[in-house]
Amino acid sequence: MAVKKEKHPMPEQDPKERIKNFNEVPYGYSKETAIEEAKRCIQCKNRPCTKACPVEVDIPDFIKELAAGNIDKAVEVLKSKTALPAVCGRVCPYENQCEGKCTLLKLGEPVGIGRLERFLADYERKKGVKKPKKAKPTGKKVAVVGAGPAGLTCAGDLAKMGHGIVVYEALHAPGGVLMYGIPEFRLPKEIVHAEVDFIKSLGVEIRYDMVVGKTITVQELLDEYDSVFIGTGAGLPNWLNIPGESLDGVYSANEFLTRVNMMKAYDFPHHCTPCTVGNVAATFGAGNVAMDCARTALRMGAKKSYIIYRRTEKEMPARNEEIHHAKEEGIIFKLLTSPVEFIGDDKGKIKAVKCIEMKLGEPDDSGRRRPIPIPDSKFSIEIDTALVAIGQSPNPLVPQSMKELVTEKWGNLKVDENSQTTVPGVFAGGDIATGAATVILAMGAGKRSARSINKFIMSKKSK
Amino acid sequence: MYPIMEKKKLSENVKLMKIEAPQVAKKAKAGQFIILRIDEKGERIPLTITDFDRDKGTVTIIFMEVGKTTKQLGTLAIGDKLLNFVGPLGLPSDIENYGTVVCIGGGVGTAPLYPIIRELKKVGNHVISILGARNKSLLMLEEEIKEYSDEFFITTDDGSKGHKGFVSDVLQKLIDDGKDIKIVWAIGPVIMMKVVANLTKKYDLKTIVSLNPIMVDGTGMCGGCRVTVDGKIKFACVHGPEFDGHKVDFDNLMLRNRRFMKEEEHACKIAGVKI
Repeated sequence: MAVKKEKHPMPEQDPKERIKNFNEVPYGYSKETAIEEAKRCIQCKNRPCTKACPVEVDIPDFIKELAAGNIDKAVEVLKSKTALPAVCGRVCPYENQCEGKCTLLKLGEPVGIGRLERFLADYERKKGVKKPKKAKPTGKKVAVVGAGPAGLTCAGDLAKMGHGIVVYEALHAPGGVLMYGIPEFRLPKEIVHAEVDFIKSLGVEIRYDMVVGKTITVQELLDEYDSVFIGTGAGLPNWLNIPGESLDGVYSANEFLTRVNMMKAYDFPHHCTPCTVGNVAATFGAGNVAMDCARTALRMGAKKSYIIYRRTEKEMPARNEEIHHAKEEGIIFKLLTSPVEFIGDDKGKIKAVKCIEMKLGEPDDSGRRRPIPIPDSKFSIEIDTALVAIGQSPNPLVPQSMKELVTEKWGNLKVDENSQTTVPGVFAGGDIATGAATVILAMGAGKRSARSINKFIMSKKSK
Repeated sequence: MYPIMEKKKLSENVKLMKIEAPQVAKKAKAGQFIILRIDEKGERIPLTITDFDRDKGTVTIIFMEVGKTTKQLGTLAIGDKLLNFVGPLGLPSDIENYGTVVCIGGGVGTAPLYPIIRELKKVGNHVISILGARNKSLLMLEEEIKEYSDEFFITTDDGSKGHKGFVSDVLQKLIDDGKDIKIVWAIGPVIMMKVVANLTKKYDLKTIVSLNPIMVDGTGMCGGCRVTVDGKIKFACVHGPEFDGHKVDFDNLMLRNRRFMKEEEHACKIAGVKI
């Protein structure tokens, strides 16, 4: 039987409707569609998909079980390698990882691996998650700093190995960027909570309101635990450094998304945190976070929402799916355009952004063609809100609180090949070690760190 | 959960609370702040630490009921619990023996000034304290501060207590009298800090101010609390809350503090509280 060349389409909310709500955009596959899609996998011998997965999920194996209708078994195979499948099945850049290496690409579209992962995770969650098996307690204790993707993965894996784990989280909710950053319409918070509950069911304790470096120091954690893992992420927003950036109405992507997602400003005043966008919003940057900002602005009531980016669509760092969804929702892309100044009214509120047109020159260090301003091409766009989404740097709180923790050029913690920092027994992974990257790479780092930590603590006496 | 152990009304719309939060009390230092959230739907608000008791595990906060959250906080009673209470955040004050220091507290800004005065006194400074308020009913912590002050002045706008006028009048007089002032702490309304900083700048007299802009997380993540200091963006939560008063752009801070005024009014109206 010939293999179908295209993926089974994903049913989605109509763009005209969805810009008025925060509900998730794709509905997910039905059981029948999922099984049909799984049957597209040709079970090739060299398994390029697994090799391209940062957390090494046995992709052909779970797909094989799913294709045969053994859904529970498929879930088991999937979850043996990833603690957050419902998250990965939604926000992973599959096109650059598993799906990007799929053998079927020679014939047409790859297997919809992300969609299958999502189906399995959702299927299990609706059915009731099976209680995981606990390993025999080792008597070892590890402190994990930060309940984001890296920390949760590390905590989950270490707990499965039988170690006692306490996660210290600065905010009042778990998930890190999954909770404060990624919007509800892309990753419902109920799903994050469910995945966190699963990790807690492995015996992991999460303590909130604990700002490590302030409320408790890394040294104090080292005194109490056998090892410490730092996964505090890339929380420090980057700025454009142009005049007017402190005007009322200019937000960092982090502030805007945190207000809306974590503090639920879309439900103001029933939830107490305010956030307003006015009629016209402009987002600066073109990564996934920028797409999230521009699409969130529409849902917060903006009539027009711009993406302003100094290069072309080809160079945009966002995932294709996010760009596609943004376009469907009517986001206006102003490409080859760079902001030079925010202009305020007499009350200090932003009213316009002055921009300059760009053209692409020779490739720069990143291999992308460098944008060059075109002389005498300045123009203004009237806006009510500016959202700065040009990236984040590693959060300096923990590194600054302990001088023995050596940092590198961008403020990221220096780690060796085993993820160990310059302080013995202290490991680090995710954005705090690599600089801003993706959820799945942070999870991969959490996973590798868990292995190193296990090796480290099993070779020394317990505290 | 963080229970309210004590509650006192200091004036019409200013209240004091002692909150049980041992992990915060253990680490708190003068000059730092906390962030609290009342309940599941609450916003996160920063408040500077007035005092702490490491043995009892309590942290004292003083707040003026100005917006929805502070008004709601004011209605809570002893035994009620706050959902979140995080800290201590920010950098502590630089306490050392400078010689003669002037500490100026305006209105509710007197609250975070109190532990600074106490610590400055403990390390041997000659402490001159100036407390100012619109009228005498808005003065606070007079006895506590007097105890740690070598010289003590009060000013009220209406003359109902102490000198009729502003804190800057007393400071000007101290300077004119030739006091060998090494450093000034000024904490209060933004306009007061601006006036004091403008005055001391003329005499090249180092002045520390403590800023309390709108914040969300308090850990350097959102940048909502950014202030312009010496022409550069700084975050009050991690680089502050204290800054060199001669370098702060106070006008920008005043504008940024009005960011959600309209929403705040709306929220208060819906909640049935007066603003």
